[in-house]
Amino acid sequence: MMFLLSFWTQDYLILDKSFTLNNYIEAFTQPVYQLLFSRSLYISLTVTFFTVLLAYPMAYYISFYGGNRKALWLFLITIPFWTSYLLRMFLWKVILGYNGVLNSFLLWLEMITEPLTFILYNSNAVIIALTHGWAPFAILPIFVSLEKIDRSLLEASRDLGDGPIKQFFRVILPLSMPGVVGAALIIFIPTVGDYITPKLVGGTDGLMIANMIQVQFSKANNAPLAAALSVSSLVIVAFISIVFVLINKKHLRRY
Amino acid sequence: MGKLVQVKNVFKSFGDVHAVNGVSLDIQEGQFYSLLGPSGCGKTTLLRLIAGFEKPTSGQVFIDNISMDGIEPNLRPTNMVFQNYAIFPHLNVEENVAYGLRNKREKRSDQNKLVDEALELVGLSGLNKRSANALSGGQKQRVALARALILKPKVLLLDEPLSALDKKLREQMQSELRHLQRAVGITFILVTHDQYEALTMSDRVAVMFDGKVAQEASPRDLYELPNSQKVASFIGEMTFIKGEIIGENKNLQVQSEIFGKINIEKSRVFGQSSKKMVLGIRPEKIAIVPKTSRSKDLISGKIIDVSYFGETTNYKVSCGTTETLTISSQNSVGQLSYSVGEEIQLKADMNNIIAFSI
Repeated sequence: MMFLLSFWTQDYLILDKSFTLNNYIEAFTQPVYQLLFSRSLYISLTVTFFTVLLAYPMAYYISFYGGNRKALWLFLITIPFWTSYLLRMFLWKVILGYNGVLNSFLLWLEMITEPLTFILYNSNAVIIALTHGWAPFAILPIFVSLEKIDRSLLEASRDLGDGPIKQFFRVILPLSMPGVVGAALIIFIPTVGDYITPKLVGGTDGLMIANMIQVQFSKANNAPLAAALSVSSLVIVAFISIVFVLINKKHLRRY
Repeated sequence: MGKLVQVKNVFKSFGDVHAVNGVSLDIQEGQFYSLLGPSGCGKTTLLRLIAGFEKPTSGQVFIDNISMDGIEPNLRPTNMVFQNYAIFPHLNVEENVAYGLRNKREKRSDQNKLVDEALELVGLSGLNKRSANALSGGQKQRVALARALILKPKVLLLDEPLSALDKKLREQMQSELRHLQRAVGITFILVTHDQYEALTMSDRVAVMFDGKVAQEASPRDLYELPNSQKVASFIGEMTFIKGEIIGENKNLQVQSEIFGKINIEKSRVFGQSSKKMVLGIRPEKIAIVPKTSRSKDLISGKIIDVSYFGETTNYKVSCGTTETLTISSQNSVGQLSYSVGEEIQLKADMNNIIAFSI
């Protein structure tokens, strides 16, 4: 339906059903859409990167030092989900705002003389909020892949002369790559299309492609263009996801 | 050849469990040494203490007269062959074998030559690029061996390396390991629960029960002169009968229902000599003799059970008392076989009887 729609044209109240590629040409040539696409990818990839970077140590800690409290730790990780996503994103406004918690605190510490403004209503704010929102989703697949590593392999690597750091890079990281790539996909795919977070904390500099799609569907009343943008982002996400999967395959092949 | 590994009064507890409970051992350089015992006796923990994967609660391990206190496994002159082999699944055979070498400073081309040599040593030439997951159990075993031996450790530790293999392959690997050890001259410490494995492969064996070394001896002495009933029945079979001391000079005179009055050398008496003793004899030290033979120390009895093992047959014989004897008879040329209920005559080799205190 959406795919079909993307080849039509909206003419005020009438939907012109003759086949056209104009929507796609517009989607890929208009600077504003190019900007939104690239910003969405930039935000999403940065979020993916930081989320995995944050989640890995947590998963590592739970897996290797969780002892018999692993279940408890995993349970604690779900606590953020007890409140709604919307509420959590909204709270970032409270934390990052001009008179927000962070600024007040830094002012009180006298580390800054006037409130920071680069932390809300731009891409950075979206990145921070999304990273926080999605971190728990990244922990689980990494945790599972770490759990699956046979502990005797770690002893073997120590026995064969590896110190802790070498051991990490030669055994633990390569063997947990499937989990890392899985986590990256889980974060990347939904965050590209996220629309609540940029709407709440992104201001105008932090808007993403999903916000534009929403605008085109509703206010601008240009459903075909919105559809074309959706299909385009779908294709882009699919393409990048396949790259991720291929990287994963390369690591998985040996197992 | 001096003492290479010294374990000095080592204790190791996990919570309330005393896995190793005061063990002292000296292992000579170049020996094939086995730690033998039932599961849970602490033998694997002892091996892991030597490797450095566990820290002793008290006591010390010395290798080459250097205390291993606080020395991490990667800095110890030991390498280990793990029970499940611990082959890295993301690396191929060559990368697995070269794993430890890559931590050293030798040239890459020299390392590759060493890898080829090691693979040849364990009979895996040409499998360099084979994926670790495409290996059979026996091949994994060989990769694990090559990976450890290539580093030329002072001590090679083997944690039940053959227990996962089927019987034929296990026997083949036993003799290969033995030959390999002689060829490379490295001290091997093998953990096993299989007494025949320990006896056939080792220069020396330490038998462990409940975290303690019960006996440490050469395989022959361990079998012929076990120092307790527990060791005797763990290693092979032994028949125990009651006896009573009736006199003592340079030998011990013991009276028992089945054997009558016999002399036992002092070197074959273990434990505090008290009035009551237990006499032990291995099943193959008793022979079934023809009914026609006449001698004063023959024992007559009646077969109550027969177990056929192929090369040997075991008979349980009642000798008119409450006690029974077990006899193992080789099914060699000319050997008669007997069936349950038959009356037979036995001749026991009285020089092979051992006396234990109760």
